[in-house]
Amino acid sequence: MATAALQIEDLTKHYGGVHAVDGASFEIPQGSITGLIGPNGAGKTTCFNIIAGAEPPTSGRVIFQGEDVTGLPTHLLFHRGIVRTFQLPKEFAKLTALENLMAAAPDQPGERILLNWLSPAQVRAREAEVLRRGEETLEFLGLSHVRDELAGSLSGGQKKLLELGRTMMTDARLVLLDEPGAGVNPTLMNRIAEMIRTLNRERGYTFCIIEHDMDLIASLCDPVIVLAEGRVLTRGPMSEVREDPRVIDAYFGGELV
Amino acid sequence: MEELAGYGNYIVSSLLTMGGIYAILTLGLNIQWGFTGLFNAGIAGFIAVGAYVFAILTKGPAAEHLGGYDLPLPLGAIAAMIVAAIIAWAIGKICIRLRSDYLAIATIGIAEILRLILKNETWATNGPRGISGVDKAFEWLPRPWGDIAFMVTILLTVLVIYLLLERAWRSPWGRLTTAIRDNEDSARAAGKDVETFRLQSFVIGAAIMGLAGAYLAQVQKFIGPDSTDPTTTTFLAWVMLIAGGSGNNRGAVLGAFLLWTVWSATQIVTGWLPQEIIVFGHPIENVPVRSTYLRIFLIGLVLQIVLQRYSAGILPETRPAVAGKSGKTGLEPGRTT
Repeated sequence: MATAALQIEDLTKHYGGVHAVDGASFEIPQGSITGLIGPNGAGKTTCFNIIAGAEPPTSGRVIFQGEDVTGLPTHLLFHRGIVRTFQLPKEFAKLTALENLMAAAPDQPGERILLNWLSPAQVRAREAEVLRRGEETLEFLGLSHVRDELAGSLSGGQKKLLELGRTMMTDARLVLLDEPGAGVNPTLMNRIAEMIRTLNRERGYTFCIIEHDMDLIASLCDPVIVLAEGRVLTRGPMSEVREDPRVIDAYFGGELV
Repeated sequence: MEELAGYGNYIVSSLLTMGGIYAILTLGLNIQWGFTGLFNAGIAGFIAVGAYVFAILTKGPAAEHLGGYDLPLPLGAIAAMIVAAIIAWAIGKICIRLRSDYLAIATIGIAEILRLILKNETWATNGPRGISGVDKAFEWLPRPWGDIAFMVTILLTVLVIYLLLERAWRSPWGRLTTAIRDNEDSARAAGKDVETFRLQSFVIGAAIMGLAGAYLAQVQKFIGPDSTDPTTTTFLAWVMLIAGGSGNNRGAVLGAFLLWTVWSATQIVTGWLPQEIIVFGHPIENVPVRSTYLRIFLIGLVLQIVLQRYSAGILPETRPAVAGKSGKTGLEPGRTT
């Protein structure tokens, strides 16, 4: 069994009386493409939000590469290598596609305003690197033809690709994808799946993917973790998980029958 | 000939001098709202701080208020910027996290608090009577050269601020503030410390507004609690930015001069009106004085007309072209949003 990139220990998140996550514990193996599935309201996105630092857990711990990172803000986690995307694309609407990617690059001296005024040469060198990486990423995503289009005017699928592209502007270690296939046509979905495999293989990204499309999960993910009512129901390869009567119960509400 | 001199005086001391001060103000607002999406509805407060700091630090001794420091005028202007920036920093530390409409309410409140402090701390500010006899740059020059030199100083200030902001807009910093404006969550997910950049933008904008205040105190040679009325500061600056084109530094400057021309020219035009006119048999007296109050209506009308025709302002926000592949060059004009 590979070492864990990320461990979740007894995570809970309560919103008033609602227990969105209720004692979930699981781990994401290093180098894996792990699927996170479960019926609506199972607590998948809440888990993501907590892992990515968007909100603190009520209790429990998040351990990334052996270090406790519980409650660290999103931007600091980014610099440790945890990068996320959103279920609904959140592009920078009035930046171009290229700039959307460039804005996501880390370590930019040009983000210090005084340097732009006092020492522009220092800014330019890194900016050229960021530009190159942005263009390579556009090429990888097949978006070079919309390089200078404003992101707000791109199609839904193109925005989805930009979301993925933002994770490629840094040396990510763990990428959290929230429904990369939602609202995307099957052809594009296959392309996205192929990109995920490539990034996993060539750049060594560990992925954790929330997805409702079971075929995509089956072809892409191992292991698969099933959440229901804020707890881990089971985990394993998709072929096993799929046959598990508890999983079928959770999805089809068997316990109510 | 005398009339001609009158118009010359109007162009120098009102159109260009005051227009320039509004251009500075609008550029300050542009970095906050246009660049970063911070809704500052308390512009009047930062102008007042800048004006009072300048007046107190540069005047000779006076019994009625704090003073006697007699600092050189440029130092007074720099101090005005620094104090406005410090106050913005303190405010920002508390409420920069607020979403834009809540930030607007908070800044209105803070501007009002500042006004009340300046009005009531009589030992420092001479209370409601204000500080008169404020030193003005180049006063020692013979007329009209003093006014002209002052106007040139202001226009040069506009140019310098414009160039600095233009470079900021085209830099990774400007790209990042636009990203934050467009989507905070994504900016965080891209590893950016959103609050820090919002705070920077707020503080820089406030410092520029403080400088506008320092110039305003010089033009009026007086500063009191009522000289920074929100109608002629906060409201007008917002209309100027929105009509000119928020997110576009040139638009900000254009909007300032255009709207200020409309605002100030009403005074001239109303001066031409007859003292009394008869409408449907009813005599209306004091027409020139009364019609002056039509200004705000007129400004609103200009805004309506401009926004009907140019929904993003006369000069809309554009992205600077990025050099590189796909046949585009840095010379290509930016893309219009």
